[in-house]
Amino acid sequence: MSALIEFRDVCKLYQMGDTTIHAADHVSFRVDQGEFVAIVGQSGSGKSTCMNIIGCLDVPTSGTYLLGGQDVGQMDKNQLAAIRNKMLGFIFQQYNLLPKLTLLENVEVPLMYAGVPKTERHDRAKIALEMVGLGDKLKHKPLQLSGGQQQRVSIARALVGEPAVILADEPTGALDSHTGREVLIMLQQLHEAGNTVVLITHDNSIAVQAQRIIRLEDGRVVYDGDAHAPEAVVTPGLAGKGAAG
Amino acid sequence: MSLLETFQLSIKNILGSKMRTFLTMLGIIIGVCAVIVIVGLGNGMQGYIEESFADMGTDSLTVSIMGRGSSRSVSEEQMYQIVADHADVLKQISPTVTMSGSVKIGSESHSGTSVTGVSEDYFTMKGYEVAQGRGLQYTDMTGRKKVCVIGQYLNMAYFGGDAVGETLKVGGTTFTIVGVMAAETSDLEEGGTDDCVFVPYSTAARLSFTGTIGSYVITVQDADQVSEAKTLVENELYSIFEDDDAYTVISMAEMVDEMNNMVDMVIYILAGIAAISLVVGGIGIMNIMLVSVTERTKEIGIRKALGAREGAIMRQFVIEAATTSALGGVLGILLGDGLSAVATTVIARVMPDTPITVTPSIVAIVVAFAVSTGIGIIFGYLPAKKAALLNPIDALRYD
Repeated sequence: MSALIEFRDVCKLYQMGDTTIHAADHVSFRVDQGEFVAIVGQSGSGKSTCMNIIGCLDVPTSGTYLLGGQDVGQMDKNQLAAIRNKMLGFIFQQYNLLPKLTLLENVEVPLMYAGVPKTERHDRAKIALEMVGLGDKLKHKPLQLSGGQQQRVSIARALVGEPAVILADEPTGALDSHTGREVLIMLQQLHEAGNTVVLITHDNSIAVQAQRIIRLEDGRVVYDGDAHAPEAVVTPGLAGKGAAG
Repeated sequence: MSLLETFQLSIKNILGSKMRTFLTMLGIIIGVCAVIVIVGLGNGMQGYIEESFADMGTDSLTVSIMGRGSSRSVSEEQMYQIVADHADVLKQISPTVTMSGSVKIGSESHSGTSVTGVSEDYFTMKGYEVAQGRGLQYTDMTGRKKVCVIGQYLNMAYFGGDAVGETLKVGGTTFTIVGVMAAETSDLEEGGTDDCVFVPYSTAARLSFTGTIGSYVITVQDADQVSEAKTLVENELYSIFEDDDAYTVISMAEMVDEMNNMVDMVIYILAGIAAISLVVGGIGIMNIMLVSVTERTKEIGIRKALGAREGAIMRQFVIEAATTSALGGVLGILLGDGLSAVATTVIARVMPDTPITVTPSIVAIVVAFAVSTGIGIIFGYLPAKKAALLNPIDALRYD
């Protein structure tokens, strides 16, 4: 299988006053088609930076990021918008649904920007909502739903455009453990159905739900391997330089 | 996302906060309304001016001779000769001698009645018809006969509609009524056009002790040649007096034009002042759109993350501003039309003699709508640009 996501020596620098922060420091890894990968790290580890770069919301300062073989670093803002639209499905911690739109309209948004005709858009959004078990609430507004239900809407929205990568940023962060588990099961089902899922989290117990863990610390990859290996979840700082350090 | 969908979305957003949208539009509403009413008022005034002057005939020239000392003057024969010499341009001429004496019918005096000495051609020139009896004739002029033709008002009010053969007195002189003029206006009233007496100019001149006749009306062959005819008469008179203060030639058409120009100018200035309100309204829209962009930062971030291009965000905000503004324009037009109708009624009530109809012009309406939409686009541009340039990462993090 060819690499769907490939980081080659990706660096991201931020200037904070006089000091330069290496939010990503020569990060390299590959994610293949159909994998379920968790990117884990404490706050400040650079996982949000990696997530922004993977999500094409940001571009590396140096190094190369290839998404489906395309060099994202060379793209302008509109090309990035187009690639986000076609290649990526976002699931956010705070759901990020548009409160004034109905569930159906919310799920239609990515298709709208992709230029899908109205009736087709409508049908596809309906199917996606049915898939997450909300087929009976098409005309509801997001705030009429519970947190777990809202997150399912955002999963439907992430799926509807049939993206190459589903990118979930702390998807259980705002949920209680029970509904959080439901969401994780749903992500696993997506993975089993053949989707590539990238999960970003600070929580080891959630990360182990994935197949593979990439652990970040201070902008560097400190572990990259099987999620069930004992080294995958050791306390940060004690992990040593892991497989792909 | 198609333009139609963007438009629908902006309608939805506008309706989502009606009060705020209304207050935002208020500047535009007032501005458009003011422009519509002012332009309508101007149209009404021009209509009134044209209507009043149309009675006096726009194909005619009024010549006043002041003379030059006592040495030089111009006789009516000379004036008639001028018209005869230029028959290709000038059509007819009639002296007009206004008599100051009051009209007495029986024992009743009428100061409002106009008494004018005119030639036998005057009725043809003015397009007046004789309803009863006869008009003035050439022999009345040469014989300085004491005959007159009266207006329909006097006929109906004092002679029971059968005035021919009766008499009236002007300044103590008795005139025999030989004819009655057909009604010129629908409402016969005192002091109106139909409250008049026409006598032979020669008789009038003698009774008024005016040695020479100082005032003439000349009609032209073609109404388009009025200014040419005016120059012609002026040149002829100059060759007689060699002094251009000795006479004046006034063309009604030119006067109407001049007055219309003046009204136009006043209207332009007033409309310009009213248009400032449109600019202020536009700034109001910009202000609210900037607030709206800040409020909707998160939404913009979400839309961008989901693949909205800068152009799509930009379009959404510009169209929203333009729709708000255009909606304000439409409300302003409706309000302006309503106020125009009210103004017409009020003017008719307050000044019954000058019934000005405030007529909002189609051009003003179309321009007002276009300008208000344009203002929305112009003043929506800056906030829209701000929204489009938001960094999606920061926007997503915004609460």
